[in-house]
Amino acid sequence: MSGINYTMIPLFVALPLTVSFLIMLLGNRVRWISDMLCTVVALALCLLSFYAVGVASGSGPLVYRMGGWLPPAGICLVLDSLSVFMLVIVNVITLIVTIYAINYMEQYTAKSKFYALFLLMLAGMNGVIVTGDMFNLFVFLEIGSIASYGLVAFGTEEEELEASFKYMIMGSIAGLFILLGIGLLYSYTSTLNMADMALVVSEKSGSKLIGFVSVLFLVGFGLKGALFPFHWWLPDAHPSAPAPISAMLSGLLIKALGVYALIRVFFSVLGATAFLPVAMVLGTMSMVIGVFLAVGQWDFKRLLAYHSISQVGYIMLGIGLGTPLGILGGLFHLFNHSMFKSLLFLNSGAVDYATGSRNLKELGGLRERMPVSASTSMVASMSIAGLPPFNGFWSKLIIIIACVDAGHPVYAAWAVVASIMTLASFMKVQKYVFFGELKEKFNAIKEVPFAMQFSMVFLAAICFLGGLLLVPAVSGDFLQSAADTVANGTEYAKMVFQSLQ
Amino acid sequence: MTYFLCMIIFAIGLYAVVAKRNMIKIIIGIMVMEYALNMLFVLFGYRQGGRSPILEKAQTITNIVDPLPQALILTAIVIGLATTALMVALAVRIYEKYGTFDITKIRKLRG
Repeated sequence: MSGINYTMIPLFVALPLTVSFLIMLLGNRVRWISDMLCTVVALALCLLSFYAVGVASGSGPLVYRMGGWLPPAGICLVLDSLSVFMLVIVNVITLIVTIYAINYMEQYTAKSKFYALFLLMLAGMNGVIVTGDMFNLFVFLEIGSIASYGLVAFGTEEEELEASFKYMIMGSIAGLFILLGIGLLYSYTSTLNMADMALVVSEKSGSKLIGFVSVLFLVGFGLKGALFPFHWWLPDAHPSAPAPISAMLSGLLIKALGVYALIRVFFSVLGATAFLPVAMVLGTMSMVIGVFLAVGQWDFKRLLAYHSISQVGYIMLGIGLGTPLGILGGLFHLFNHSMFKSLLFLNSGAVDYATGSRNLKELGGLRERMPVSASTSMVASMSIAGLPPFNGFWSKLIIIIACVDAGHPVYAAWAVVASIMTLASFMKVQKYVFFGELKEKFNAIKEVPFAMQFSMVFLAAICFLGGLLLVPAVSGDFLQSAADTVANGTEYAKMVFQSLQ
Repeated sequence: MTYFLCMIIFAIGLYAVVAKRNMIKIIIGIMVMEYALNMLFVLFGYRQGGRSPILEKAQTITNIVDPLPQALILTAIVIGLATTALMVALAVRIYEKYGTFDITKIRKLRG
């Protein structure tokens, strides 16, 4: 194997981290440089993640030894097909959001600080995804979280500060629970490397400690991922951030820090099957409760935030089934949700940018004035509600089929109910925002600038074509192999040690 | 036994976060939880009668404490510092806007 493949892995963390500090230094002196640097980094990481798809599918997981120390003593970064899958999602959305933010963030002062925090958050998420070490996971988790606390409070208005404080308290508690879990696992296995830990745990089976640690991780990652009953910080925190950040938080952060970390720890390290029914129950409850709370909302972004809870429920339901088809559906829904939820938040940002309001009752008839935003949000709404041929339909269909297949028709029924409620609440959004009569005070509004339109259209195209990922020729190296990695569980350890030799 | 003491301190911190209404007390609660965890980590590495893990070539030492948890909590302390600093900064900004530290009065966001 060529050397470049290994050295690529740390770039996913190092590049955004370096540029983030560079922007901090230079951003205030030269105005255009932060825009340019951030876009270049996002583009480079996006291309790199596409390159990684090809590399990782060929040869099993790639392992990079930090500082040349051999794991389990040294820290390693692991790039397997699940990591690659997440990396592609994270970096594609980041690129699109960056392009969107160039215009959108003109409304705020201190744009360079925004970019610095933005890249720091990206570094944290990429770090969580590629790391192969438990404590490193915690460190990157906190890097990503701390940057996101700052970004939620970016407007420094009363609501934003309050939401950020709430979010930060919850995030800190989640981090401490995860740290406690890691500490107990370390004292049990005497190692921090994930692959090594998986081996030790599978050898010493049948300890009560694993159960306790599982609960700690479920609380910790559940809080980060806004799983019911740990969801209530999310509807405050996500709408308070600027729109591009809402898109990042809802589309990526809760998945990279919550769902991905949960999958990685439970499937690859602990191999805990006892956790699966719990994940299904919690997933179904988040799914239903999230959507019921969403229907009554009148704030555009708050409504979307409640839907994030509901959609994370779908993902957890799919993953919790534990069957290959269920995991495939869950991961596919994760991909789709990142796309359409980011798009919806960008739409709400566009509406906010043009009209200065996100109250559904004040808006109306924007279809005539903002055709691009209106049609892209139509695509996203149909996607999230699960109408064919958009991507949301296919992943929900797989999850429901997998539920019935595994002998859980009740869960399947709840998934259908939640989907119908989702449709209802997005019909409300479309009716109040884009259809109906144009209010007089909005007669003068214009469509948003080109860069914002471009990112929305791009995401809408992905929503439209996303269903193609199910075609085996397209998904073989990407979606299917990621689902296989999850389904294989603790095979992860063997594969990592194999590729070290 | 001492492990349980750490757990009790952790629980006291959690109680402060959940039950107190003053923002500063909540922040202190989080710090208490952090310190309980740091102590727990050091205890994980402790060996009865162990000495510090500094080796010389000629020496053979049988009983040393585990240095790894100490390295870990150094990192954890730095992270805790960052979180605490940010939390206090936010608390100050909130006080400027609302004129109170009482979280039951800071309620602009409705459920």
